[in-house]
Amino acid sequence: MTAAAAAVGDKSALAQLAVRRTRRNFIADGAMAVACGAALLIVLSILAVILFDVFRNGTPRLSWAFLTEAPRDGMTAGGIFPAIIGMLQMVILMTLAGVPVGVATAIYLHEYASPTSPVTRTIRIAVANLAGVPSIVFGLFGLGFFVQFLGAGIDKAFFHGEKVYGQPALIWAALTMAVLTLPVVIVATEEALRAVPQELREASLALGATKFQTVMHVVVPQAAPGILTGTILAVSRGAGEVAPILFTGAAYFLPQLPKHLSSQFMSPSYHVYVLSTQSPDVDATKPILYATVLVLLALTFTLNMAAVIVRARIRRQHAGAA
Amino acid sequence: MSATVNGVAKAEPQPKLVVRNLTVYYGEKKAVGPVAMDIVGQHVTALIGPSGCGKSTFLRSLNRMNELIPSCRIEGEVKLDGDPIYGPGIDPVAVRRRIGMVFQRSNPFPKSIAENVAYGLRIGGISDSHDIDARVERALTQAALWEEVKDRLTESALGLSGGQQQRLCIARALAVEPEVLLMDEPASALDPIATAHIEELINELSEHYTVVIVTHNMQQAARVADYTAFFYLGELVEFDRTDVLFTKPSDSRTEDYITGRFG
Repeated sequence: MTAAAAAVGDKSALAQLAVRRTRRNFIADGAMAVACGAALLIVLSILAVILFDVFRNGTPRLSWAFLTEAPRDGMTAGGIFPAIIGMLQMVILMTLAGVPVGVATAIYLHEYASPTSPVTRTIRIAVANLAGVPSIVFGLFGLGFFVQFLGAGIDKAFFHGEKVYGQPALIWAALTMAVLTLPVVIVATEEALRAVPQELREASLALGATKFQTVMHVVVPQAAPGILTGTILAVSRGAGEVAPILFTGAAYFLPQLPKHLSSQFMSPSYHVYVLSTQSPDVDATKPILYATVLVLLALTFTLNMAAVIVRARIRRQHAGAA
Repeated sequence: MSATVNGVAKAEPQPKLVVRNLTVYYGEKKAVGPVAMDIVGQHVTALIGPSGCGKSTFLRSLNRMNELIPSCRIEGEVKLDGDPIYGPGIDPVAVRRRIGMVFQRSNPFPKSIAENVAYGLRIGGISDSHDIDARVERALTQAALWEEVKDRLTESALGLSGGQQQRLCIARALAVEPEVLLMDEPASALDPIATAHIEELINELSEHYTVVIVTHNMQQAARVADYTAFFYLGELVEFDRTDVLFTKPSDSRTEDYITGRFG
């Protein structure tokens, strides 16, 4: 019976139809919930398996000494202290170089550029494409542009052709990683700027503020939690990537910590790659490998937690007195 | 009171704002105009009319807020005490310092109560904290909010009630000492008691400021305004003293609107 026929027909048929409809909706709702729940379960179990595996194999080797010692005996003993320090240095440099550029780009795109202009659209597409470029391509770009072009140029101009910057170095790896993480910062910042109510901009402008004052005193502070989140996401991405630093600055093993921007550095992510593929004694390095992965995961997790906490705190400050 | 000619009230000395031939377009579409109007200083002028009649657009073109809408185009002239506010070389920022605005939805910054009021002063280059404190107190007093908030100036403005937030926005606008205050349906989101507060405040403000208020509420216009302009379909239909416009409207459309036949 069709709905129309039911409508002109007796009322009980219509009521029956309504009941059947409801039951069908109920079944559809239930099936949807089960399907989504199952998908969630799959994701969670994959995560649990990975974490369990890393924990079980990583914890035995983990110790204070592991975090504070350099690798010894061809990576079959010792810790990963230089790698942790190297990563921190690289990530700090990357943030200093990348975040201001990314934030400024997003501010330009969202606050100043006309949203309909072809230039703005082109930049947005370029940013989206940048995010989709495989990280090894960034590594090669870093090698070609930063190391061989910029670095060699600096050497020619300031060091009489002596190889100082014209080789893989901390600064070039950091800059390469900054380019890689630029889209993360730009997209997160734009998202944050979009969430700032237009009313606040109008309120500021109506008080005789210039556009620049409005952006600096109202829009950016309001968007700060989002910008910070983007920054921390960029940092945790940068901490984990291997390919971009492979040719631009990461070292297999270094006897000492990096002291200059032109030094090479060790990084946990590259260390994992080295231990798993280049080790002369796989059985001896396996516990070290797992412990390194555990440290890397812990660092990333801590960063993400920091992002959540800082964001919550700034939100509270905004809601309370600023 | 003499009759109106092309919507311009005559026989009033020295209008504060002189509007001539003002037409506002959104893209190719004309939103309002051409409007000619003389707005008298230190009085309240109400703009009434049904939704979409162009009254808010007209109001926002009096302090160049319409320019923030990318497709907006404005023709004609507006003069503040004889100074044109549109034209090459005229800074909209300077215009907005002299002509402040209060919006329909209260929009306090997510800052403290005191910082909200101080914002316009700080960006205007005042940095002396005693001076700022004094001006904040004065503005909050003018906005009839001081007694309610004087013990919680450092608390967030977002913790205030809707009516208090709107008065804070008025205080914030007053702190920079504008000459004209534009109000875009300032009480439409408020309950009757808060609305009464705002209306009382508007009456007091008109002793020192020129107030132009957009309202949907004809009773409100009748209560607060010395002059009332009726807009309909993007056109200024009639502009006169409030008592004249409400008792002896000269245009039948005005009469239909105020007697509730449409809108």
